[in-house]
Amino acid sequence: MTTSLSQFAEVLDYDEALAKFDPVLGLEVHVELNTNTKMFCGCSTVFGAEPNTQVCPVCLGLPGALPVLNATGLESAIRIGLALNCSIAQWCRFARKNYFYPDMPKNFQTSQYDEPIAFDGYLDVELEDGETFRVQIERAHMEEDTGKSLHIGGSTGRIQGAEYSLVDYNRAGIPLIEIVTKPITGAGERAPEVARAYVAALRELLKALKVSDVKMEQGSMRCDVNASLRIRAQDQDAVKLGTRTETKNVNSLRSVERAVKYEISRQAAVLVDGGTITQETRHWHEDTGITTSGRPKSDADDYRYFPEPDLVPIAPDTAWVEELRGTLPEPPALRRRRLQGEWGFSDKEMRDLYNAGAVELVESTVAAGASPAAARKWWTGELARLANLAEKPLAEMPVTPAQIAQLQALVDGGKLTDTLARQALEGVLAGEGDPEQVVEKRGLVVVSDDGALGEAVDRAIEANPGIADKIRAGKVQAAGALIGAVMKEMRGKADAARVRELVIERLAPDTDA
Amino acid sequence: MSDLTRRTAAELSGLLASGEVSAVEVARAHLDRIAAVDGDVHAFLHTATESALADAAAVDAARAAGEQLPTLAGVPIAVKDVMTTQGQPTTAGSKMLEGWVPPYDATVVKNLRQARLVLLGKTNMDEFAMGSSTEHSAYGPTRNPWDLNRIPGGSGGGSAAALAAFEAPLATGTDTGGSIRQPASVTGTVGVKPTYGAVSRYGLIAMASSLDQAGPCARTVLDAALLHEVMAGHDPLDSTSLKDGYPDVVAAAREGARNGIAGLKIGVIRELHGGDGGYQAGVLARFDESLELLTKAGAEIVEVSCPSFTSALAAYYLIMPSEASSNLAKFDAMRYGLRVGPQGVEAPSAEQVMAATRAAGFGDEVKRRIILGTYALSSGYYDAYYGSAQKVRTLIQRDFAAAFAQADVLVSPTSPTTAFQLGAKLDDPLSMYLQDVATIPANLAGVPGMSLPSGLADEDGLPAGIQLLAPAQADDRLYRVGAALESLLNDGWGGSILDKAPKTLEATK
Ligand SMILES: [Zn+2]
Repeated sequence: MTTSLSQFAEVLDYDEALAKFDPVLGLEVHVELNTNTKMFCGCSTVFGAEPNTQVCPVCLGLPGALPVLNATGLESAIRIGLALNCSIAQWCRFARKNYFYPDMPKNFQTSQYDEPIAFDGYLDVELEDGETFRVQIERAHMEEDTGKSLHIGGSTGRIQGAEYSLVDYNRAGIPLIEIVTKPITGAGERAPEVARAYVAALRELLKALKVSDVKMEQGSMRCDVNASLRIRAQDQDAVKLGTRTETKNVNSLRSVERAVKYEISRQAAVLVDGGTITQETRHWHEDTGITTSGRPKSDADDYRYFPEPDLVPIAPDTAWVEELRGTLPEPPALRRRRLQGEWGFSDKEMRDLYNAGAVELVESTVAAGASPAAARKWWTGELARLANLAEKPLAEMPVTPAQIAQLQALVDGGKLTDTLARQALEGVLAGEGDPEQVVEKRGLVVVSDDGALGEAVDRAIEANPGIADKIRAGKVQAAGALIGAVMKEMRGKADAARVRELVIERLAPDTDA
Repeated sequence: MSDLTRRTAAELSGLLASGEVSAVEVARAHLDRIAAVDGDVHAFLHTATESALADAAAVDAARAAGEQLPTLAGVPIAVKDVMTTQGQPTTAGSKMLEGWVPPYDATVVKNLRQARLVLLGKTNMDEFAMGSSTEHSAYGPTRNPWDLNRIPGGSGGGSAAALAAFEAPLATGTDTGGSIRQPASVTGTVGVKPTYGAVSRYGLIAMASSLDQAGPCARTVLDAALLHEVMAGHDPLDSTSLKDGYPDVVAAAREGARNGIAGLKIGVIRELHGGDGGYQAGVLARFDESLELLTKAGAEIVEVSCPSFTSALAAYYLIMPSEASSNLAKFDAMRYGLRVGPQGVEAPSAEQVMAATRAAGFGDEVKRRIILGTYALSSGYYDAYYGSAQKVRTLIQRDFAAAFAQADVLVSPTSPTTAFQLGAKLDDPLSMYLQDVATIPANLAGVPGMSLPSGLADEDGLPAGIQLLAPAQADDRLYRVGAALESLLNDGWGGSILDKAPKTLEATK
């Protein structure tokens, strides 16, 4: 529940909002393809290069330059369409979307308008409780990305208050696929979850197709969230409804969920107050979790679309399309079910792995020799904890599945205790090398030398006479405290099993516990 | 050799190959001629004196070293300023690009360099190729060498005038609605618009992408064929570039001059033969005489009807400005060319700079077409204007198909009139647009067309032109018929028509 009055006017309690309204969503996801070259020229697409070093007359829109379609880009678009169960156009074209913007070299974007390469598909998405929700896909079409404006001198990085602006055209012309859903209805209070699950499923699918890096934080996958509210049949009080807002560039799964939830609560408050929803684009604020009003969007937006005369129409050969269908990977959901069986995980264990984005990591770790259980333990345990601390996706942690498998092998071989293994992992994450190198460098070898261990055990017995007596009296379980003391003294490097044997040898030689 | 500038490209090629003259001599003769007469004609916006002499010297050196050189190696050429030239300014006749030196060559220019032609410089044109008189150039008009008070046609008036004034034996042009053929017609030269896609558009500053076509400008049909061969060819940088169907136009030109055209069916387009098109009597008289010559040479003349041609001009003036409005959007002061800050604004926004630059940089005709195109494409009007125009385009293509089922080649006068006086139509854009009534259908359908001189009109003694049209990818027919007609006409005149030009230029010297 919101507390202050002013906030109360801005958003309605989510449950209250859902009691009165039925949310309708539309998700537009832009995906940068990972082709080596841009959509219409031969320039490199590598991320993070010096500004304006990956440009040519074509992507700079110099007078006279002409586009030529990237064949790999078309192939990726068709494969994405097929994976989304879409029909593939037998004949389609590019169009020009005309509007003036400094980071658009030609002041029109070459895009597909009424003739997309793929249309009428669906994607089944799995929700947290294992239920499946089918999201209908309207279309997937090809377009080119724009450049990037950098506003210098202001405090916010926005154009307001900036002294001047610079434009980097490295991104201009990078191939994009825009995937647009049909209106998503019937999700009810689970709309935010459905939105998140859809983007997650899409990301997983695109990753499996190997067509994009799908890095939301780098912008290679971007989501625009359209939301509107319909009045629930039994409640006739609210006045206006159905106008949608478009929240632009929501750049993480969590934000997709939060943005949908916020828009539902915000729009409900406006409607309940008797206000109207303005058709507009809205900005998402990651830090505060709210959206704010952007540019009004109206029917007056006139992009003066017309077929791009510089590019010949696309008529993909049917046999080729079928050939591409043959290259589709196993659908991620089916693959997960298969892996679950192979690994012997419970539904919950598997779902947790999926939600943590760790299925592939575990798969690779198992492939590198670790047991499924051990691999799962590492990725959902210690690594998940560290990733959480670092506020990073699991996959971004600087450790490879092969390194985790090696670490586990050291544990299995008795060379590392759990504590030492965690220290070795710390070294790997700090960039000190592979686990074996870290063990070497840090001297993390388990001490199983009876001489050194015996002395430590003797010292522990001496320091804990009470516990020693208990063990002598037959309470072998008390040995744990002495083992702990030895471990502490040896800073975790002791071979715990051998310490236990030594303790028993000294204090209760007749017991065979 | 004092008359080097009077030679055709084919003749120069022979003289260079046999070593009778050097490429440097040829280049210097033309550069001298430009220096002598271009102050009056203003065919050139930029003369590349140093690089031309250097290129010519390189050709001579290669020949001396025994290198096998292409046919036109060492022959000078003038390049329309709409084609990008690395290291040489390219302005498209606009203030918007004043001083812009492109970092790359248009494919056509690359082809010329590979064929070792010597680039003399860049020729004047209507701004962004919009106009039929070269009066819309931001750098002042070009004058017709036949009469310095008259227009040389447009938009390629600079190229045509350079040929007619003997400043260059060859030139390049682009033809969106007639900009190669109409200037050829009013200057007594030869101009060819090849099949759409036969010559790469890469590096041509676009006016209307679906209509723009580069082609050769020359003083004879054979010269045009020799240049056509160099310019044409598949270009992977142009998605609309043809992959096949490049007939041997040089062979066709030689064949036509030698063996004539017996047995060929030539269709006269009823809709482009007098009527209400504002055709000048002298132009029609020369056209009809040409038909008689063709008949005598063994061709069969048939009349064909292309009813949709009467809507061609209207369709053209919707499609062309629509595409142009989008193509010209890139001139926004952000990356190259002119930048104008708005008056009295201390910290102008990007939009304000764009608006001020476009207001200052574009001429009236360009603005007129941008506004027309923006309107025609806007939502709510698209179907009524752009959409309808595209339907007319389909009808025109059908008319052509039906006509070519009855005739091998179609003919009409190229331009309804001879060269008009400078300034005569400047305030009447619609009458200016009518200049292209006969040439536009070919652009809408993508078929090739040629204009060659048909004689001098009795009223004013100025050149009239005949237009030949062929089916797509049958450009060779134009050369065959054109060369045949040219040799018949030359027999009648006792030489090239350009020899009949009043000695305006000599008189002014
Ligand atoms: Zn590029």
